[in-house]
Amino acid sequence: MTVPVNYLLISAVIFAIGLAGALVRRNAILVLIGIELMLNAANLNFIAFWRYGPNPEALTGVMFALFSIGVAAAEAAVGLALIITVYRHFHTTDLDRIDSMRG
Amino acid sequence: MTWIAHNLWLVPLMPLLAAGLSAFAQRKHRLFAASVAISSISLSLLMSLIAFAEVLRFGNQNATKQVFNVGWFQVGSEWLKVGWVLDPLTAVMLVMVTVVCLLIFVYGVGYMARDDNFARFFCFLSLFAGAMLGLVIANSLLLFFICWEIVGLTSYLLIGFWYQKPSAAAAAKKAFITTRIGDLAFLLGMVWLYSQAGTLLFYNNGAGCLEQTALIKLMTHTTAFGMAASTGIALLIFCGAIGKSGQVPLHVWLPDAMEGPTPVSALIHAATMVAAGVFLIARVYPLMSGHAGLDLSPASAPALKVVTWIGAITAVFAASIAVAQDDIKRILAYSTVSQLGYMMLGLGVGGVAVGMFHLITHAFFKSLLFMGAGSVIHGCHEEHNIRRMGGLRKLMPITFATYAVGMLALCGFPLLFSGFWSKDAILHSASIWSESRVPFYLAAFGVLLTAFYMTRQVIYVFFGESHRFEKPAPPPHESPAVMTLPLIILAGFSMLLGLIGTPAWQWFSAFLNGQQVRFDLRGFAESGVLAVMLSSTILFLIGLGIGWLLYGKKPAARSAAPDAVEQFTPHIFNLLRNGWFVDAFYGATVVRFTTWFSVLCDWLDRWVFNGAVQLISSLTLGASWLSRSTDVFVVNRFFDQSCQEVALSGRLLSRVQGGRVQSYLRIIAIAFAGFVLFLIWGRHG
Amino acid sequence: MSFAIFAVFTVAGALAAMILRNLVHCVLALVLAFTGLAGLYIQLGAQFVGFAQILIYVGAVAILVVFAILLTRSHEPPSRLAVSPGWATSIFVAAAVFGVLAWSIRSSAISALPISPHPEITVRQIGDALMSQFVLPLEVIGLLLTAALVGAVTIAMREQRRMK
Repeated sequence: MTVPVNYLLISAVIFAIGLAGALVRRNAILVLIGIELMLNAANLNFIAFWRYGPNPEALTGVMFALFSIGVAAAEAAVGLALIITVYRHFHTTDLDRIDSMRG
Repeated sequence: MTWIAHNLWLVPLMPLLAAGLSAFAQRKHRLFAASVAISSISLSLLMSLIAFAEVLRFGNQNATKQVFNVGWFQVGSEWLKVGWVLDPLTAVMLVMVTVVCLLIFVYGVGYMARDDNFARFFCFLSLFAGAMLGLVIANSLLLFFICWEIVGLTSYLLIGFWYQKPSAAAAAKKAFITTRIGDLAFLLGMVWLYSQAGTLLFYNNGAGCLEQTALIKLMTHTTAFGMAASTGIALLIFCGAIGKSGQVPLHVWLPDAMEGPTPVSALIHAATMVAAGVFLIARVYPLMSGHAGLDLSPASAPALKVVTWIGAITAVFAASIAVAQDDIKRILAYSTVSQLGYMMLGLGVGGVAVGMFHLITHAFFKSLLFMGAGSVIHGCHEEHNIRRMGGLRKLMPITFATYAVGMLALCGFPLLFSGFWSKDAILHSASIWSESRVPFYLAAFGVLLTAFYMTRQVIYVFFGESHRFEKPAPPPHESPAVMTLPLIILAGFSMLLGLIGTPAWQWFSAFLNGQQVRFDLRGFAESGVLAVMLSSTILFLIGLGIGWLLYGKKPAARSAAPDAVEQFTPHIFNLLRNGWFVDAFYGATVVRFTTWFSVLCDWLDRWVFNGAVQLISSLTLGASWLSRSTDVFVVNRFFDQSCQEVALSGRLLSRVQGGRVQSYLRIIAIAFAGFVLFLIWGRHG
Repeated sequence: MSFAIFAVFTVAGALAAMILRNLVHCVLALVLAFTGLAGLYIQLGAQFVGFAQILIYVGAVAILVVFAILLTRSHEPPSRLAVSPGWATSIFVAAAVFGVLAWSIRSSAISALPISPHPEITVRQIGDALMSQFVLPLEVIGLLLTAALVGAVTIAMREQRRMK
């Protein structure tokens, strides 16, 4: 019943939702949340391929997912720190208002 | 070569220097100007006398001329030479011109004493004297022409001396233009002569244009109408003489030239400048007559025939007009024209000696008459009309006496007066002229008319009652000695000069030809001499008698009363008074044409040439405007436009950098989708 | 069966996280999505990863996000639109991405592969692998985490002292 295609599709759906949220929502934190969802979708992809891949004993997929989680955590920390600093500077988290880098 | 022949150029140089110095003088330096002029002309007189003595000396050795030529400038390999010649003709003219000039300069000191422009007067007079003397000594037709033109210029300056008077300015202009017409023909003749003979020097050791080789060449070369080149050239040169000497038809300027001061009229328009035309014909006589000599050849050249006829016609024409004139100087002016006609006639029928003799005598008595007229005018307080004068015989005795001498000399009172001998020589030559006797009859009639009009003038001016004066002015007075002394000297000359040309002792013609002369009473016995002398005396007496009858017996009571002849034949008198309407004719034709032509030229200049210039300038302006517009609108716009495009495109492209993170993300997502598509497609395809 | 439940949880959570207006609700929905994902991992046989997911994501990242929300006062309801202008384009782009991915998945040969048996993985095996084969990434990630820690603190620290 559970076919790898389903997992892949779910992962794609979550990726798309994350992407949509990152693109659509105004708040910077929600963009970050969207990015986390995208990362998680990628993790799911990895685990799915590990499970249904040719060589699960090599634990490659698992390792990758673990490290990805670690990096995602670090990245979330730094990203949120940045958002807080930006908030202190611009007094807003509205991304549409933070366009001083416009060319 | 003697010193004087070598340095003959000093003779005209003195007056020219005087003119130059006077030109820098201011109005108040009157004494300086007059003294410099008179001293220079005295020096010239001295040198002329030395030259005359020199010619007498070598004339006795049967050599006729001394020539000195210098090269003026070089054109290619040819040298243009000018020079001066010392021959009897030159010597005689030099003496005459310097004597008359000196006397008139002295006279002028008195006459112009009250004039403001005294210094300018003497400057111009000196310039004239220098140019006239240069003309006399010239050995080159070119140098002659240059001096001729300068003389014409000074005539213009002196006729228009009182330039504030419009009539004087107009008269000066008329004189200059009329003589110019003659000078144009003269110049053409000169150019033709140069092209044919290769030189303009008169005498040049056999190579001159008046010497045998050149003459033969000119005579044998025939041109249009079967005319020899020498005849054509001679006629063209004669045209110059017609203008300068006031022959018909270019005589119209001489009467008007009386607008100038009387010394000017006496010097220039009686004795010297107008005689320059006669002198020219005498100078180029070999060309006119066709052989290298100053005598007449039996077969008269065609050019000389033309000279004769024009001279004869002028003599009678002008004398007839003089009959009806009222201005004292105009009578004398027409008389001058008439006498110049006689001179030309003499040159034509009798040769150089005949014409020149009358020229010399005429110079003296005509200048005497003019100066006497000036004295009368001066004494009558600038009155010119003879009808308003009268009875001056008692009031101005010296003037009357000298004037009477001059008048008798002009009319040709027998034996005692020079005019008789010179005029008789002409009449005699005319009577034996092989071509026709008509000039003789015309000349004889002229003698009668001359006596008549001079008598009329003398009676009007000097005889009669002095109450004919209507001007409430102080009575006329005799002129000062500075004016009467030259009159007396000239009167003496007028009487004595005749002696050098009597048929018994033809010193003058012998002198001119470099021959020996003898006193021979048998000269009177030559054919026709006595008959002519007698007939001229009779004609003189008839003229005198008619004049006395008409004017002397019943002098007119008032000045406004009509003239006696006028009462007789009003129409002819009117015709004569208006100079046979020649002036009016010229005015209606030549002057009108010239005016029309100048209007045409002005129109041409204003509309056609100016229009062309404007067109070109507007084309240039248009071209420059076009290039400017191109630069501004096309080039600049192109450049500016492209810069703006770059800026615009930059601005447009920079909109991509919105500074919004999400738009960047969007682009990344699209790029990612595209990339995946590309990969998958690539693999599948 | 369990797959469907977990899938629904995850997708619903994700959707809710992206759609809800109140950020705190979003975070809670996110937690739900994380939990669903952890269940999916466990179902796939990667139990360690699943627990790690809950530990780290739910326990740390989500709390961190809550802290950030509170620090940036985003917990108040937004005054303006919650979505940026041009959201339609963004939805389209996301849909396009999904379409591409789905199409590539569909057209791949994955479904043709044979299904291998369930792998039995112990924690000891993971530990061994970490210490032997993956020791370098382990060290590196330690370094990374240190750098992230220091960096985050440095960035978020308030400027206490001015330059004298």
